[in-house]
Amino acid sequence: MQAQEVVLRLTGITKRFGPVLANDGIDLALHRGEVVALLGENGAGKTTLMNILFGQYRADAGDTQAFGAALPPGQPRAALMAGIGMVHQHFTQCGALTVLENIMLGRESLWQTRLGRAKARARLAQLMADFGLTVDPDARVGDLSVGERQRVEILKALYGEARVLILDEPTAVLTPQEAEALFVTLRRLVAQGLSVLFISHKLGEVMALADRCVVLRHGRVAGAVRVAETNPAALAAMMVGGDLPGQAVPPGRPGVVLLSLRNVGGTGVDLDLRAGTITGLAGVSGNGQAALADLISGLARPLAGQMTLGGQAVPADWSPRRAVQAGVGRIPEDRHRQGVVGDFTLAENAVLERYGEAGFARGPFLRRGAIRDFAAGLIGKYDVRGGGPETAARGLSGGNMQKVILGRVLEAGPKIILANQPVRGLDVGAIAYVQSQLIAARDQGAAVLLISEDLNEVLDLSDVVHVISKGRLSPGFARGEKTVAELGLWMAGEGFDHAA
Amino acid sequence: MRLEPIAHPSLARRAGLPALALLATLLSAMALAALAGANPLAVLGQIAVGAVGSKFALLETLNRATPLIFTGLAAAVAFRARLWNIGAEAQLYLGAIVTVLLGTGALPGLLVLPVTALVAALAGGLLLLGPVLMKTKAGVDEVVTTLLINFILLLLVSYLLEGPMKDPMGMGWPKSTPLVTEARLPRIVEGLRLHWGFALALLAAAAIWIIQTRTKLGYEIRAVGLNIHAARFAGIPVNCVLVKTALLSGGLAALAGWSEVAGLKGHLSLDLSPGFGYTGIIVAMLALLHPLGVVVSALFVAGVFVGSDAMSRAAGVPTYIADIVLALALLYMVLALGLTRYRLVRG
Amino acid sequence: MMEIFDILLQASFWAAVLRIASPLIFATMGELICERAGVLNLGIEGIMVIGAFTGWIAVYAGLPLWWGVGAALLAGMAFGLLHGVLVVPFGLSQHVVGLGITLLATATASFAYRLILPEVTSPPKIEPFQPLGLFGPILGAQTALTYAAFGVVAVVAYVLYRTPLGLALRACGDNPAAVAAQGLSVTGLRLGAVMVGSGLMAVGGAFLTLSAFSSFFFEMVNGRGWICIALVVFGGWGPGKALLGAMLFAGFDALQVRLQQTGIGEILPYQLFLALPYILSILALILMSRRAQVPGALMIPFRKGER
Repeated sequence: MQAQEVVLRLTGITKRFGPVLANDGIDLALHRGEVVALLGENGAGKTTLMNILFGQYRADAGDTQAFGAALPPGQPRAALMAGIGMVHQHFTQCGALTVLENIMLGRESLWQTRLGRAKARARLAQLMADFGLTVDPDARVGDLSVGERQRVEILKALYGEARVLILDEPTAVLTPQEAEALFVTLRRLVAQGLSVLFISHKLGEVMALADRCVVLRHGRVAGAVRVAETNPAALAAMMVGGDLPGQAVPPGRPGVVLLSLRNVGGTGVDLDLRAGTITGLAGVSGNGQAALADLISGLARPLAGQMTLGGQAVPADWSPRRAVQAGVGRIPEDRHRQGVVGDFTLAENAVLERYGEAGFARGPFLRRGAIRDFAAGLIGKYDVRGGGPETAARGLSGGNMQKVILGRVLEAGPKIILANQPVRGLDVGAIAYVQSQLIAARDQGAAVLLISEDLNEVLDLSDVVHVISKGRLSPGFARGEKTVAELGLWMAGEGFDHAA
Repeated sequence: MRLEPIAHPSLARRAGLPALALLATLLSAMALAALAGANPLAVLGQIAVGAVGSKFALLETLNRATPLIFTGLAAAVAFRARLWNIGAEAQLYLGAIVTVLLGTGALPGLLVLPVTALVAALAGGLLLLGPVLMKTKAGVDEVVTTLLINFILLLLVSYLLEGPMKDPMGMGWPKSTPLVTEARLPRIVEGLRLHWGFALALLAAAAIWIIQTRTKLGYEIRAVGLNIHAARFAGIPVNCVLVKTALLSGGLAALAGWSEVAGLKGHLSLDLSPGFGYTGIIVAMLALLHPLGVVVSALFVAGVFVGSDAMSRAAGVPTYIADIVLALALLYMVLALGLTRYRLVRG
Repeated sequence: MMEIFDILLQASFWAAVLRIASPLIFATMGELICERAGVLNLGIEGIMVIGAFTGWIAVYAGLPLWWGVGAALLAGMAFGLLHGVLVVPFGLSQHVVGLGITLLATATASFAYRLILPEVTSPPKIEPFQPLGLFGPILGAQTALTYAAFGVVAVVAYVLYRTPLGLALRACGDNPAAVAAQGLSVTGLRLGAVMVGSGLMAVGGAFLTLSAFSSFFFEMVNGRGWICIALVVFGGWGPGKALLGAMLFAGFDALQVRLQQTGIGEILPYQLFLALPYILSILALILMSRRAQVPGALMIPFRKGER
């Protein structure tokens, strides 16, 4: 393997964003017919590195070579022309266009007077046959499943005659079974002489798929090892720099049912949230989590079935404001979009759900002093760094922004907490903090619903786990009742059929 | 080249860029004057003298600023909530129609002024409610609907002036019967051609400033405008806030019509507004949507118009120079605002 | 109702429909190109004014008619470039910039008109495009510019759906990140679309001075631009349906003018007939907005590397 040709080489890549050194002298080489994993936590610099390779950013120092030739910096086309294809984590596809149109996009000279549709269709059919990847070329991409859309991305790269395939967190959106199918595809590609670089923060799949692994931490290469010569614990240590915290979460003490759903949406969704319990919701995103979260957070009303809070049916005018008043604390999925108003100060954000309460308003007027004091207290108590009550929320890091939201939720003394992807995109310190706060809230008697697409996170924290798939909800499984593989089957929708 | 967001723009950036925009406006005005074959500095001087150089000029500027403060506030309030009310022209005319309807003898003495003002404002607000409901219920872009309604309202005015509201003593001119004396706004100081509408416009600006900075409604309006998703998630009743904003914005624009008819003209005609509704957008943007800033920018814009009229008579540069300069000022200011939040970087 | 049938049977009515539709077709296609690429162009009203003025003044200055059309096209593209630069690379509010462009273009036309013709009171006339006289009374009453309008629809439809460029433009309006990921320049594509679209809007304006009327008035565009924006929505962002919308709309417009001369016109005020186009536009917006496939990235600026 050592003697193999180097197809991609990055040397001394350095990139600085203001005070942040995102990439610091990164070296990386990919050989022909090899699978290399780029392992690192969120914020370790993986995405920046790929953006430099694909000309979205210019590196401050360092250079990139593909098949022995230097790639000119800052030119998105250069890497593509050199035969490097990228499958982004968030697919860069046009939902309104067909599969064929998506694949042809940018493949022909813009000034050509006619789209070569027939020729493209034939070539695509050939590729699908060669690599065992099938999709309907005339389907609208927006109508496809996530797995199919990923296949379109791979086909798009292959259509562009990619010899090197780079995948960014390819399994984040897949069920374990779909992920396994992807691995089979990738192995087939490698067997035909392609090279694969995949970016991940999941140790399991690195061990399963990669030949070599390069670990990034804080923008630097923390280590490069052959997978055969290492183990997950060593990789994890390299990734986080030291021993993992890894202590088990003590179980909660289940109390009365605080929130209960019976057959809402008419698809058999039954759910009970008990006091003193963290209920985890596992599943690939896009399987109905959003609808369930909208329902509990008040954005949607139950169309069918029953939703009760503390034994009472929710009011007919169920809304976000009603939810807050009923003691439902909500941590939204997308903190930038739904959690904070970026141009509001921290003080204004701290009372976003409660500005109308007597403590913060008098008649039509706001009590600005009280609001500022409340925010100052929250900032101290929840260790929000990077600004005071008058700072705009926009400038905070993701972790600190999440702490503001968490503080806002917890300070209201919620009986029920909806935590939708509460640690997505946060660094280790912030993750530990947010999780410990959720556990503390549980121990004080709150019913927590944890929604996450990270199965490990769900399993670590939850007292009860439900799996959601295609809008259906599995029965609740106690901690340790099911293996990861069994849960994976439920995620793929198979458990439901056996149970029925 | 790409744009990089700046989390905390410096004061120099936040103040310097708008100042640069004003400088660019001034330079553009000079360039246009030179293009018209006149001496740029002399033209600027004549505009300034024409705007504030005499008691008469100053009063004219204040009078011209009055409706612009109202329409500027209308735009500023709506744009804060990201409600694109481009229909201030229609709301202004509806306010004027109501003023004539109620102010030509239908109401008894003392009540006339406050009632006409209130009903006019309500009518203006309701006129904007239609587009807002179309936006919230059917997803129709309110820019186009409010613009189209402007044309419909002007035709309505034309119909009224030729029919039901026609002044029998108008000698064929399309104008309405004049208001009764009780319906007219008195002058602030007897003998000076400046009516109470101006003072009320200042009061309105102060009221809007208090609403925006001190009240729950102002907080809600800003939250909806800055991030409608977060506002909705947090439980702010978004549609209700938009409706309140519409009533406020449409009402303010209608008050411009009321104050023009009751304070200045005394009757309704088709040339009541030389585009005050559209100019209000410029006024609001130049003020960076700040209610007190609207007063300053309305005075500036009114001065440019009044001064250009005077300059045009003297120097022969077409008076439309004012429209070009103000449109450019709007674009410069939007660009300055954009560059406050983003910087151009390489790579 | 008999009056309506009588009108529908007149060749002059159908000739008028085509004539009224022509400027709308040009401008609607222009707006459609912009919006398919993801840019709302509210400069349309002003760009039609500047097109009407530029085309007319060029011919008034002695240039051939087609040069007038070319001059309008260039003027429209210039304002399109300004709009495009402000909203595409700088990502500024498409609403505010568009209105600013409309105010600027309208004022520029007025200023230039007064600068060039300081004294005139009644606008001078030019010799406009003449009817070609081919193919009978309806088509024969049309000028070459009307034929060009229909030609533009065919070209726009072909380019959008049958060429790599059109595919890239549609992709820009749906998800610009996908276009950028293929190494294409979203900025370049959108700028180009806005410039070409604005050029077509200006030609629509020039139709008014060079074909429909023979002189330039300040108020001559009179909201046609805003109507075209409604027509794009009505046509569901497709060139064929937008053309249909423009024809339907022109039909109502031609009908109302003729109805004013009939018994109905004596009962109802003429202003109601004149308001009909605007009322219809609002109705069209309400009816079609829910159903339509709005381009996914319409009005959303794309900044390279921004997450």
